[in-house]
Amino acid sequence: MFLINCPYCGERDQQEFKAGGEAHIERPKQPTELSDDEWAEYLFMRKNIKGVQFERWNHAHGCRKWFNMVRDTSNDEIKAIYKMGEKPPSQ
Amino acid sequence: MTKNLRVKSSGYIDETNRISFKFNGKTYHGFKGDTLASALLANDVHLVGRSFKYHRPRGIMTSGSEEPNAIVQINPGTNRTEPNVRATEVEIYEGLEASSQNCWPSVEFDIGGINNFLSPFFPAGFYYKTFMWPASFWEKYEFFIRHSAGLGKSPKSSDPDIYDHRNVHCDVLVIGAGISGILAAKNATKNNFKTLLVEEKNELGGSTIYENNEFNKIDNKAPSEWLKKEIEELKDIKNLEIKTRTSVAAYHQYNYLLARENLTDHLEAKDKTNKIRQRLLKIRAKKVILATGALERPLIFNNNDRPGIMLSSAIKKYSEFYGVVCGSKNVFFTNNDSAYESAMSLYNKGINVEAIIDIREQSESKIVKKVEEAGIKIYWSHSIVDTAGYKRLNSVSIMKLSNDGTSVTGSKISISCDCLGVAGGWTPAVHLYTQSGSKLKFDEEKKVFLPNQNSSNQISVGSCCGDFKIDEIIKNLNQKLKETLNIKETDLDNIKVEIDEENTKRNIWLLPSDKPLGKTKPFVDYQNDATAKDIKLALREGFRSIEHVKRYTTTGMGTDQGKLGNMHALGIIADTAGVKMSELGTTTFRPPYTPLTFGTIVGRNVGKFFDIFRRTPMNDWHIENKAEFENVGQWKRAWYYPIDGETMHQAVQRESKAARESAGILDASTLGKIDIQGSDASEFLNRVYTNAWSKLAIGKCRYGLMLNEDGMVYDDGVTTRLGENHYIMTTTTGGAANVLGKLEDYLQTEWPELDVYLTSVTDHYATASLCGPNSKKILKKIIPDLDLSDENFPHMSFKQSKIGSIQCRIMRISFTGEHSYEINVQANYGKDLWEKCMEAGKEFNITPYGTETMHLLRAEKGFIIVGQDTDGTMTPIDLQMDWIVSKKKYDFIGKRSLYRSDTMREDRKQLVGLLTEDPNVVLEEGAQIVSELNQGPVEMLGHVTSSYFSPNLNKSIALAVVRGGKDMMGKKLFIPMENKNINVTVANPVFYDEKNERLNA
Repeated sequence: MFLINCPYCGERDQQEFKAGGEAHIERPKQPTELSDDEWAEYLFMRKNIKGVQFERWNHAHGCRKWFNMVRDTSNDEIKAIYKMGEKPPSQ
Repeated sequence: MTKNLRVKSSGYIDETNRISFKFNGKTYHGFKGDTLASALLANDVHLVGRSFKYHRPRGIMTSGSEEPNAIVQINPGTNRTEPNVRATEVEIYEGLEASSQNCWPSVEFDIGGINNFLSPFFPAGFYYKTFMWPASFWEKYEFFIRHSAGLGKSPKSSDPDIYDHRNVHCDVLVIGAGISGILAAKNATKNNFKTLLVEEKNELGGSTIYENNEFNKIDNKAPSEWLKKEIEELKDIKNLEIKTRTSVAAYHQYNYLLARENLTDHLEAKDKTNKIRQRLLKIRAKKVILATGALERPLIFNNNDRPGIMLSSAIKKYSEFYGVVCGSKNVFFTNNDSAYESAMSLYNKGINVEAIIDIREQSESKIVKKVEEAGIKIYWSHSIVDTAGYKRLNSVSIMKLSNDGTSVTGSKISISCDCLGVAGGWTPAVHLYTQSGSKLKFDEEKKVFLPNQNSSNQISVGSCCGDFKIDEIIKNLNQKLKETLNIKETDLDNIKVEIDEENTKRNIWLLPSDKPLGKTKPFVDYQNDATAKDIKLALREGFRSIEHVKRYTTTGMGTDQGKLGNMHALGIIADTAGVKMSELGTTTFRPPYTPLTFGTIVGRNVGKFFDIFRRTPMNDWHIENKAEFENVGQWKRAWYYPIDGETMHQAVQRESKAARESAGILDASTLGKIDIQGSDASEFLNRVYTNAWSKLAIGKCRYGLMLNEDGMVYDDGVTTRLGENHYIMTTTTGGAANVLGKLEDYLQTEWPELDVYLTSVTDHYATASLCGPNSKKILKKIIPDLDLSDENFPHMSFKQSKIGSIQCRIMRISFTGEHSYEINVQANYGKDLWEKCMEAGKEFNITPYGTETMHLLRAEKGFIIVGQDTDGTMTPIDLQMDWIVSKKKYDFIGKRSLYRSDTMREDRKQLVGLLTEDPNVVLEEGAQIVSELNQGPVEMLGHVTSSYFSPNLNKSIALAVVRGGKDMMGKKLFIPMENKNINVTVANPVFYDEKNERLNA
């Protein structure tokens, strides 16, 4: 059970959070301009890395804010947490 | 014939407090402080159980939670009975009853013992190999196997006890209150760390508290005396919480641990009532200090499992701590010096020690010299090749070991004895350490796995990290404490330690016998009857991975999880396969460390607290009026209101007719309601719904369909524009929380530039839906001064009004196709509103209807229910709802996906109506639909999603999804059922009032 440092509330138990999949996949601004393949890339394709992964998390049972997390999936070490819209830390 | 097996204990037994208890129906006596095991041993009872597979007689082997044999049923036949309890952990109390498991008719005479003589026919993988053929017989085999499998009996009535959960936060958690744990906790608290010390036993001090080697000294005192003083000092320390009888079950990442605190198991029945029995502590610790100690290893030799064969350290603990001698003629078998300490413990109490058999060539430590001086015979370089005695050990046979340790030579010597202490060295208890994700490495010299890479803020101290001697323990503990607590000095700095040096070691995982291995029974896992022979067989049959060997032989898979024998299993595999133990690795240690009761796991979440449920403000009225309820998400919704013993069908038919003929009323409070405000609210709705919202006038309502980004229908509902920048959205009952979450997600992550604020107000309003041709007259009676004319208050519009002094929001919207109003009031006025409607509607025979009638009425109109007629694979086009998808809007959630090649396929499943050839036949929801009735496999075209008998049309109607159904209007299809085929015709899904004339009726 992780201890997650919500950027708005501080350290809270993982129970309060919801994982939201891979981070930094921006919704295309002009979807109609995209080919089926390009749209499918946005819609379906997600990475599942053993190692450092960028993820979205939501403090669902707390402030309900979304934020980003850098997590090593091999040992669950949380390497960084930053707000939505902020640049990911360089590795 | 009762022997006096009690000797002077070190003060942990209260000999003035005699306790009687029953074991296998016979009454025995012990003293306060005894465990069931120590009390039985004091009564010369060694035989306590039968092994799992061969039903061999088994005795008490250990003095702790690692016990593999002495597992008993506590208080059999009562609602507090508990199986698989280790007798070594049960503290006796007046009235305790316990019985042996896995034997019939009794532990003394067990019919299953025949398996022992048949054991050549029960090799590893016996069940897999034997019951494979013929495959169809498996169900028959299973019946018999299930019957003979399993240990103990579960209680037959409900658990009378209370269980609890508690969150605990601390700076430092110390696990284990042996010498290392006590010193760690003391120094942590002295440096102002809020510390929690947990210990699975009821006394602090670990094994040092009964340490008796006179050559070991701390500050010139016996270590046990010295430690007692330290423990005494702990009691005055603030900032330190000590929990005994508390076993850490699991160690998860981020220093999150689960521990079970045992509060009443040691109390008499009369003192257990109305108290919390066990409490699950959910611990978050900033730092964890593991001081879990080490478990003594047995030695693996032929017939090493007879009652009377025990761990040497257990014999010492029973003698020193409990004041119980386990045998009158004792022999020890060892590969290290610790057995000599146990031997001296007995010798000093005047108990006969016949001999010590040592596989080493010699040892020069002082304790060994002392034993020699005492005249106890030591057989160096010898090994036990066999033992005798069925229900109790009566002799051991020994032979000289060859230099390489693989065979025995010379003549056999038989030594008569009734108790054998085995000492195979020590295994650090690293279970919790590895559970946390930390990694071990194998120490070739000590032959142990030791902590290596820590996964979290933790340290391992004392014998659980391989420090077995008091001098190394204190030196390393001191250094680690300074590092981890970031302190300069500790009270360990000036401790003077003298120890008895041990300098010779010899480790042989599997000791040879004069017989070939195939004719011997060297048990590695006592509880599951796995022998060294089984492990070697598994290797011969090609198993290589340690995880596979474990599962094939069941080594380490008992309730004790192989705490004693796992290391030997690894050693034997490594030796046989010719690999290094470091390369072989270990099996995974999984939680819990010792078994947990279900009660502890669920805590207070039982009965009506099992899951949260939600009730509407009108709930009491529904109960008073005998409604049947159904669960919709967490909501309890009125399902139907039977009158005079009506069946559900009869009630629903009556309610449905009444709603269309005069007036009906539905509790719609559970619908999700989201208040949307902000200058970009209209733009936001444009983006999340498929249709256009910008031009919706204030005071008007509109139905909206919400898609997922993949184009599939996600939710639907009516949204009302309350003001220029203010809307109220309704969602489905079950989808409310997810819809809010999804909208917040888009607002925060994709469109943070939009000025929109969302508030869930589901619980803030109660909603009564008034429907039917007389609904207008009823509303008029409640709010006389509101103009209800179609001009002032048309369908799909909204009015703010007052019922008396109560503010209300009224939407003229309809889910039934009838003229109807949804009246919303502040939630606490919900029941008043409902009763007012009922009172006003009396003259029109207003009929309350539940969710089932609501479903029927909307199905007559062909309105979908998201989640019933859709399943996450239906687009609006599939639902024949093209009209709601805006062609003009540049974008909305899911729009692009409606133009993917897959979503544009003509042969997708599409929503249609179905009419049965026989109007009285009602289809089953979920029934499969085909176009032909051949004998062979036929293609499934779709399935029935909603089906009812319509009282208003007097015929059966159904909605279904059918492949290419849009173009099948009028086509005949078939629904094959178990006993018959039903003929159906594809129809328009709008069965009733196709022109919507009733909305303004």
